[in-house]
Amino acid sequence: MPRRGAPPEVNAGSMADIAFLLLIFFLVTTTIETDAGLDRMLPPIDENVVDPPIIKQKNIFTVNINKNGQLLVEDELAEIKDLKEKAIAFLDNGGAASGTEDYCNYCKGKRDEASSDNPTKAIISLKNDRETKYNVYITVQNEIVAAYNELRNREALRLYKRNFTDMEAEYLNPETSDEAKEVLKDRVKNIQDLFPQKFSEAETSSGK
Amino acid sequence: MSKFNKKKDSAVPAVNTASLPDIVFMLLFFFMTVTVMKDTSVKVQNELPKASEIKKLEKKDRIITIYVGSPTEEYQKVFGTEAKIQLNDKFSNPSEVGPYILAERAKKSEDLQNFLTTSLKVDKNANMGIISDIKEELRKVNALKINYTTYEGNAFENLNR
Repeated sequence: MPRRGAPPEVNAGSMADIAFLLLIFFLVTTTIETDAGLDRMLPPIDENVVDPPIIKQKNIFTVNINKNGQLLVEDELAEIKDLKEKAIAFLDNGGAASGTEDYCNYCKGKRDEASSDNPTKAIISLKNDRETKYNVYITVQNEIVAAYNELRNREALRLYKRNFTDMEAEYLNPETSDEAKEVLKDRVKNIQDLFPQKFSEAETSSGK
Repeated sequence: MSKFNKKKDSAVPAVNTASLPDIVFMLLFFFMTVTVMKDTSVKVQNELPKASEIKKLEKKDRIITIYVGSPTEEYQKVFGTEAKIQLNDKFSNPSEVGPYILAERAKKSEDLQNFLTTSLKVDKNANMGIISDIKEELRKVNALKINYTTYEGNAFENLNR
C-alpha cells in the first residue's frame, strides 16, 4: 500500500486506562458526605437554679420510651405513628380562655381546658431508657420536630405565604444575600416565637 | 461496480474507542465534585438512622464529629461487640469526650470557637445509654449545639427490624 500524506494519529487507547485508574482512586478514597441531621440544643448546666420553676402539669406533654421501643404518651400506650398528631393537638390546643393573658389567638386546636394553655407555654418532655435503641429515639425526635414544623409551616403560610422550612433553609444557606437574610431573620424569629421548641429531655432512667 | 467490491473484502472495522476517555473523565469529574476526602477511617459500624425533618450542616469547618457504634469485625476480637465511641482514630470512654471537644475547639480559629456544632454519627443499633453519657459530657464542656446526623428518608423505616 502506498503511504498517505497525513501524519499517523497518536494512539489514545491507553487514555481510558489512565482515566479509569484516577476514577477508581477517587472512588475508594472518598465518601459521599452525609451532612444533614436533626439539630438540637442541650440544656446548659446551671448550678445557680435552686428551685425549678413551677410548671402546670397540663402544660407538659410527656413521652416515655422503654427499652423495647414502646411509647407511653401522656401515661397511655401509643404508637409512634400517632405521636405527631398527638403532639400537634397538644401544642396547638390554646386552652386559655379568651381575654386572659395567655390567650392564643392563632391556635386552631380544641381549646381543651385540660391541655396546654398556649404554644409558648407548652413543653414536651422526653424520657428514655438506657437500653432504648437509637433508631427508635431518632424516629421519636423526628416526629416531634415534624409536629413543630407542621405548625410553623401553617403559620408561615398564613403570615408570609411561604413554608417555614423553606425560609429557614434559605436563611441558613450561606449563598443567600445579606439583604434577603435580614428580611428572613425577622420572619423566622417571629414564627419561632409563635411555636417555640420547648423540649426537655430528662436524664435517662436505668430502671427496668 | 468496483465501488462496491472494495467494501466487501475489508475486515470488520474496529470499534472506535476514542470517546471512551471522555466518558470516563466525565464520571471522574462527577465523583471528584460530589465527594470529599475521608479524614479518619471509621472503625465502628456506622449505619445512620433515617429522618425526614433534617437540616443541612452547612459549614464544614465548624463541625466536630463523634462516631458511635459497635466495632467493625476486625476490631471485635479485641473490643467486643458493645457500642463504642470513636474519637479521631481510637476507641474512647465517655469521659474522654470532654477533653477531645476542648482540644478540637482549641484547634479552630478563635472567631469560630463559639459556633461549633457537634455532629453525632451514631449507628442505628446503638443504645441510648452511651448517647446520654456523651450528652452529659458535652454539657460539661458547654458544647451545647448538637446534630444527630442521619440519612434522609422516611423515619418509620428505622422501625422495621
